[in-house]
Amino acid sequence: MNTSVWRKYLTWSVAGLAIWWLVYRSLASIAAWFTYSLLRMAHGSHLSSAVEFFIYEAPKVLMLLILVVFGVGIVRSFFTPERTRRILSGKREFTGNVLAALLGIVTPFCSCSAVPLFIGFITTGVPLGVTLSFLISAPMVNEIALVLLFGLFGWKVAAIYLVTGVVIAIVSGWVIGRLRMEKHVEDWVYRTQTGNGVEEAELDWPARIRLGLDAVKDIVGRVWIYVLIGIGIGAGIHGYVPQNFMASIMGKTWWSVPLAVLIGVPMYSNAAGIIPIVQALLGKGAALGTVLAFMMAVIGLSLPEAIILRKVLKLRLLVIFFAVVAAGIMLVGYLFNLIM
Amino acid sequence: MKIQILGTGCPKCKKLTQHAEEAVKALGLSAEIEKVTQISDIMKFGVMMTPALAVDGTVKSVGKLLSVEEIKGLLK
Repeated sequence: MNTSVWRKYLTWSVAGLAIWWLVYRSLASIAAWFTYSLLRMAHGSHLSSAVEFFIYEAPKVLMLLILVVFGVGIVRSFFTPERTRRILSGKREFTGNVLAALLGIVTPFCSCSAVPLFIGFITTGVPLGVTLSFLISAPMVNEIALVLLFGLFGWKVAAIYLVTGVVIAIVSGWVIGRLRMEKHVEDWVYRTQTGNGVEEAELDWPARIRLGLDAVKDIVGRVWIYVLIGIGIGAGIHGYVPQNFMASIMGKTWWSVPLAVLIGVPMYSNAAGIIPIVQALLGKGAALGTVLAFMMAVIGLSLPEAIILRKVLKLRLLVIFFAVVAAGIMLVGYLFNLIM
Repeated sequence: MKIQILGTGCPKCKKLTQHAEEAVKALGLSAEIEKVTQISDIMKFGVMMTPALAVDGTVKSVGKLLSVEEIKGLLK
């Protein structure tokens, strides 16, 4: 790769980031101008409040999303399921659980590949509990959620989400490993012969940048509509739901956390769609622990995932898997309601 | 030449099959396109992310919806 091409990449990146930053910083004033000057809406009405929220949040969240998905696309080009499998294969239980939960964050994963991934791990010597730690962390500790939380609530909430998600994945996988549930994996899984996998070619930087751009096209192209719907619902809650209304149903009462998890599990949404709703709920007095539990239940546990995993897990193990993770999520909910 | 599309039937797998058909047509090759949908058959290739594409039994791409152009590049 010659220097002039490098210089071109560098110039474009710096210029792109500078423009991104300028637009991002002026979004609040654009939204206010649009709502109150252009549409001539009155200050303080339900509708103007909802409109301003939407006009501000929609481009903001989408811009954050584009930047993050691009960055993560590049990071993920360094990690593949094959490499992760090699790292985890034959690891001792606790160390393995920790590594699996961490690798779950950065390894490319889509729930449609959960079955081949599960079989590939199990049949090449990754312990069951370690495999499950990976399968819990991969969807739940979601980079999109992480950055949206950072952008909307600051680094503390983002850090809480990251750390608790990883801890739930480690502990749940470890507990199931201790329960010796291997015989509750479908028998055909162990009979499956797994090939050696694929020789990976070392990528150069232009290829990694292209992968980042592909990820933006693919992921943002898929989730933008959910983001807008989520922000729309969020805007409705923001403008019309009375202040502190949520404190009564998503507050700190003892039943609010299990209820939030119970409602969250059957719901399936990607992180990008749920977080604007979370933001509006928090703004109306919902407790952080309750909302965190709700969000993790929606992203981390879902009925479609259960149906996919039923192919490789017998019913009993599947139920225990969901119960252990749900219990972990509830503990996190209670913990944060207690300390915040 | 034999092209195999590995995937359990997700939307991306179907798209990849279409792209492969278009690439074969565009290059005027006489290639057989086979869909491998049984999970145990997919695992024999050692593939953990679908869709994947194999040419003459060798896996060329994993977990990616290749464009028609990219597949052309693999077939040449």
